[in-house]
Amino acid sequence: MGECTCATGTGNKKQDILIPMIGVITDIRTETPDVKTFRVVGRDGKKLFEHMPGQCAMVSVPGVGEAMFSITSSPTNTQFQEFSIKRCGVLTDCLHGMSPGDEVTVRGPYGNAFPVETALKGENLLFIAGGIGLAPLRSVINYVLDKRENYGTVEILYGSRSMEDLVQLKEIQEVWCKTEGVDVYLTIDREQEGWNGHVGFVPSYLKEIGFSTNKTVLVCGPPIMIKFVLSGLMEMGFKREQIYTTLELRMKCGIGKCGRCNIGSKYVCKDGPVFRFDEIDELPPEY
Amino acid sequence: MMYKIDQARLGELFAAIAEKKDLFLPVKKADQTDFALWTKEAEVDLDTLRTVKSPKDCFFPQSETLYNTSLEEGKLSIDAAALCDRDFVVFGMRACDVQAVKVLDNVFLADPVDTYYAARREHAVLVAGACHEPEETCFCKVFGIDAAAPAADVATWRVGEALYWKALTKKGEALSEVVKEHLTPAEESAVEEAQTQIRSIIDKLPYSHLKLDVFKETPMMELFDSDRWEEMYKPCLACGTCTFVCPTCQCYDIRDFKTKDGVQRYRCWDSCMYSDFTMMAHGNMRTSQMQRFRQRFMHKLVYYPDNYEGMFSCVGCGRCVSKCPAALNIVKVIKTMGGEG
Ligand SMILES: Cc1cc2nc3c(=O)[nH]c(=O)nc-3n(C[C@H](O)[C@H](O)[C@H](O)COP(=O)(O)OP(=O)(O)OC[C@H]3O[C@@H](n4cnc5c(N)ncnc54)[C@H](O)[C@@H]3O)c2cc1C
Ligand code: SF4
Ligand code: SF4
Ligand code: FES
Repeated sequence: MGECTCATGTGNKKQDILIPMIGVITDIRTETPDVKTFRVVGRDGKKLFEHMPGQCAMVSVPGVGEAMFSITSSPTNTQFQEFSIKRCGVLTDCLHGMSPGDEVTVRGPYGNAFPVETALKGENLLFIAGGIGLAPLRSVINYVLDKRENYGTVEILYGSRSMEDLVQLKEIQEVWCKTEGVDVYLTIDREQEGWNGHVGFVPSYLKEIGFSTNKTVLVCGPPIMIKFVLSGLMEMGFKREQIYTTLELRMKCGIGKCGRCNIGSKYVCKDGPVFRFDEIDELPPEY
Repeated sequence: MMYKIDQARLGELFAAIAEKKDLFLPVKKADQTDFALWTKEAEVDLDTLRTVKSPKDCFFPQSETLYNTSLEEGKLSIDAAALCDRDFVVFGMRACDVQAVKVLDNVFLADPVDTYYAARREHAVLVAGACHEPEETCFCKVFGIDAAAPAADVATWRVGEALYWKALTKKGEALSEVVKEHLTPAEESAVEEAQTQIRSIIDKLPYSHLKLDVFKETPMMELFDSDRWEEMYKPCLACGTCTFVCPTCQCYDIRDFKTKDGVQRYRCWDSCMYSDFTMMAHGNMRTSQMQRFRQRFMHKLVYYPDNYEGMFSCVGCGRCVSKCPAALNIVKVIKTMGGEG
């Protein structure tokens, strides 16, 4: 309509949920050739908000773009939030070029979370991740390790293309591998000099190890990996109700209004990104 | 309480409203009638049944700034766009378009509230006009909408020389108060005959008896997997016209515009009919136009009702029926899926 004076009214500036906070990047770690982990706090040096494992936030460089990223740090971290970001386009390129001290905008947290305080409590947990898919699971893993007494056994199966493509390798080796009662299985796709661990894709390694079914599984990674992991787990006797994953769809608003991430009657930004496989089975296969 | 005003004196009524509030109403410009701000010079057109664009952009503008940012010496600042703080009246809405606002309310006023939209809704008074001459493309009746008694803040009827005016809400009564010196009390019964006539015309319209039961009774996946989508979608050009003219379509994009002092982040209408709507780095969940076509209509007829107690996200306004360049529309979809009435 153009002439509507309201859009440019002089009204009050009650903060809309779409209006972000300012985040300061305080640390950037190069994880792999195309993944960096960014540590972000508010201008006051404090954590921007509280979140639960599996939730995401919209990170943006104004003028460049805004996109959804999993919060990879654990809620038990009281100092800051971290995002592991893969370079794959305009915004992520720009973020990869930034330095500590630079500012971004952040809004969130968005979405549901892994049910760490309900369904997962007291359970044996098996985490299966591929590549950047470790980002959302890392938040849960560190949460569980910090509240170790609330959970049963913890097993982690993680694979990437190559040794260089394993995200958070330092934390995996220095913290997870050394925590009692935690079993870590690493694998890379192809033989490589300097690697004496397992070689092979995540789904086939899964079958080789042959986990017992007395546990809940959390799986994140590329869609193709998830597909084969799921069928592997089915063969091993797991039920779909025992398996959680996250869905990744294009997002704009993050609050179930812009329509972007709609599948069936669900909005992945608001009703997800965490779903159990039996819930996914009820959705049209548009993910 | 029923009032009336001589239609010849509507200009005075509009002037009286405009003195206190912004007034939007159907205005004819270059042979096309759309809602626009009233001015003394505007060619008000209350005869055209349906505006080309729906009045939704009075509440959810085609494009609006959310906030401005600037970067100075490495420091970002964010300046939120001001919310609507001026009362405004949308005059001459149709019953279907009023219902469409309710469809939008369900989405934008749900927690977390969209404050931009909520501010406009709070400041808006909806004045609707009964449809004395419904057209063949109208099928509001299918959705339980009564075009003879629009459920707005104020309902109006044009009978003989008079425009009858009846406030239905507190907001409507407050508006009646503002313009009371232009209104004279009238009998409730003055519009009854007109209402009966409207209802009888509507009853005879070709699409008035479409059935929606198939969308309520069939399991979602069965509708989704139907072969009919493949048969139907082919002529679709993916132009997005149907979504832009639709009063209930609510999808939006968020984009940046670089200004000389910084960046303006705005939102604008978007369309699920476009191929890049769901494009991602690792692929696109709807790669074919069939899938996008199916999404639009499944959302209106199945997904939305599933979330909002059976309310459909179509109000039968007929805009997509008359505007699709490929003669595709929701009526065809309803009929093809088994809703022929
Ligand atoms: C719930 C959720 C959690 C995510 N978590 C992470 C994470 O922890 N780490 C991470 O690196 N990435 C994550 N992503 C993906 C991330 O949002 C995209 O990689 C990002 O939007 C790309 O932005 P860009 O501007 O760099 O790319 P663009 O220049 O916009 O696009 C480059 C390519 O990416 C596509 N793209 C645009 N938006 C998305 C999107 N939302 N998802 C995927 N592809 C997109 C484009 O269509 C194009 O093909 C997540 C996405 C979602 C929805
Ligand atoms: S259905 Fe018609 S109006 Fe809608 S996108 Fe296709 S061609 Fe355009
Ligand atoms: S789908 Fe078509 S008939 Fe229904 S409300 Fe939208 S434009 Fe009107
Ligand atoms: S991102 Fe807007 S509805 Fe989910």
